[in-house]
Amino acid sequence: MSTTNIASDNPRRSLVVDAARLRRYRIEGMVRYVLMVCAGVSVLTTVGIVVLLLFESLQFFGTVSIVEFVTGTQWAPQNQQYGILPLLCGTLLVTAGAALVAIPLGLGTAIYLSEYATPWIRETVKPALEILAGVPSVVFGYLALIVISPIIRDWVPNADPANAACAAIVVGFMILPTVISLSEDVLRSVPRSLREAGYALGATKFDVTVKVIVPAAMSGIVASFLLAISRAIGETMAVTLAAGGTPRITANPFESIQTMTAYIVEKTGGENAHGTPEYRTIFAVGLTLFVSTMLLNLAAQAILSRVREKYE
Amino acid sequence: MSRWSENTVEDSPVAVGRPTASTEKILRSASELAGSPKKFATTNVNFWYGTHHALHDITLHVPENCVTALIGPSGCGKSTYLRCLNRMNDMIEQTRVEGQILLDGLDIRGPKVDVVDLRKRVGMVFQKSNPFPKSIFENIAYGPRVAGLKSRDRLEQIVERSLVQAALWDEVKDRLNDSALALSGGQQQRLCIARALATDPDVLLMDEPASALDPTSTLRIEDLIFELKENYTIVIVTHNMQQAARVSDQTAFFYEGHLIEAGVTNEVFTNPSKQETEDYITGRFG
Ligand SMILES: Nc1ncnc2c1ncn2[C@@H]1O[C@H](COP(=O)(O)OP(=O)(O)OP(=O)(O)O)[C@@H](O)[C@H]1O
Ligand SMILES: [Mg+2]
Repeated sequence: MSTTNIASDNPRRSLVVDAARLRRYRIEGMVRYVLMVCAGVSVLTTVGIVVLLLFESLQFFGTVSIVEFVTGTQWAPQNQQYGILPLLCGTLLVTAGAALVAIPLGLGTAIYLSEYATPWIRETVKPALEILAGVPSVVFGYLALIVISPIIRDWVPNADPANAACAAIVVGFMILPTVISLSEDVLRSVPRSLREAGYALGATKFDVTVKVIVPAAMSGIVASFLLAISRAIGETMAVTLAAGGTPRITANPFESIQTMTAYIVEKTGGENAHGTPEYRTIFAVGLTLFVSTMLLNLAAQAILSRVREKYE
Repeated sequence: MSRWSENTVEDSPVAVGRPTASTEKILRSASELAGSPKKFATTNVNFWYGTHHALHDITLHVPENCVTALIGPSGCGKSTYLRCLNRMNDMIEQTRVEGQILLDGLDIRGPKVDVVDLRKRVGMVFQKSNPFPKSIFENIAYGPRVAGLKSRDRLEQIVERSLVQAALWDEVKDRLNDSALALSGGQQQRLCIARALATDPDVLLMDEPASALDPTSTLRIEDLIFELKENYTIVIVTHNMQQAARVSDQTAFFYEGHLIEAGVTNEVFTNPSKQETEDYITGRFG
């Protein structure tokens, strides 16, 4: 039998488990449980949140009919009016406006960075975007009030001081980094060989970008939009400051509105006896929010996982 | 006119029991080669990837309406040379070319040359097949479309003609709207050939176009090359010595970034002037 140096330094050990080895195996077994507990904490938290939301919401729907909640057009819990539509309308208005700002701007930037920008520009712009992503949302909200609102009111003199457009624009900028960095990732992950195929056929850079790269990355781009939109729906601090705070059903972006998130902030800060329906609206609205962002996230995840398979 | 190609075909082991009853194969004679106008004339071409000197003083002429085969061991610079001819290497950062590359007498690296038009005239089939994640139809229609063709009828004609030429039509004619990514590797390779033909180039650069093909499809492609060379100039990279011997009029042997020898295929294969060439060819033949 030929043995190498390594083998001879390390003689065959007995297969019988002795006490020392048993102790080591026990420790290894414990490590496994410690790690399992770590993972368990986050799972339990999620479960706890969902259970709490469901439990309180069920109690709420014990006193307020779910039909009234979903179809009512007035939101005034202090007057026992529990129609969520005004809050939904507010969220929708801000989210749609934010998407209108972030999608063209974000996609354009992503295409520029991945296809046109020199490495030097790319390496400068990307950290700048991270900084934008790191600005606290309360700062955004405040800037909306002191910068965007006056500009809007210059153009539309009878706009409310804080209004949906103001919030939408600022939320649009807040979700811009999400759109840009995710879209840029999928654009850049389109294989070089596809670009070469396009150029070799006599396509210009524009032809290759618009007819090959963007379509190839389309599902990933859409997923980035969905993730950004779900962030816009959940965005709280900036809209609380910038959107006004009047629940109403309107399509006019220059009116003061209230989103679901802003309502929750307002209610949580206010003094309400625990256990009243008015207090429990927090949970019913929270559940509505949770469901809508979860659906968007799931859709985005499903699309992204399809993208990953595509080039393999 | 020399017909020695027939002998080569019969001598090569793959030729036994050829599945296709192909058209008569005519390879060009030495005098024809010498008499053909130079489609490409490259003089002292040097190429660098960063600091890696990948091509050394390559001087090679590609005669019009002939097939030129580039052979040589892996990494010797065949693809690099091929990609110089349609300036595909421009797209790789930190590369440098020196020397002269003339297409029909015009320096393709000159300041007035439109690289987009250059690539319309010099089509390319890549070493790794790279279909677009689009339908079969759209893959082939892409080139004509970016060249400005809009008529659906014309596009359909071109798609059919190109697929027939690339020996793929029968397999895909009922599923032109299916994704090209659903095709097998060999079908994808033929699709890429069809896509390159659709733009009707003058020159076709083929980087191992048959590497993923079965013997039947390979022979169909070789037949295609024979047909095409009446109107096109073809440069083909191949690791298959029999293929080089079967289809090419001129063979160029590359080794470690140098062009060791180039000449009439028959000469290079039967009577190579350099020892390296002989070693390589005989090594391959076993
Ligand atoms: N994009 C690149 N960046 C840096 N070096 C490269 C690049 N492409 C090729 N090379 C190097 O240049 C040399 C020539 O490569 P090339 O692709 O031309 O070889 P080849 O003859 O086509 O080989 P094969 O038969 O394996 O395809 C090799 O040493 C390779 O490593
Ligand atoms: Mg190669």
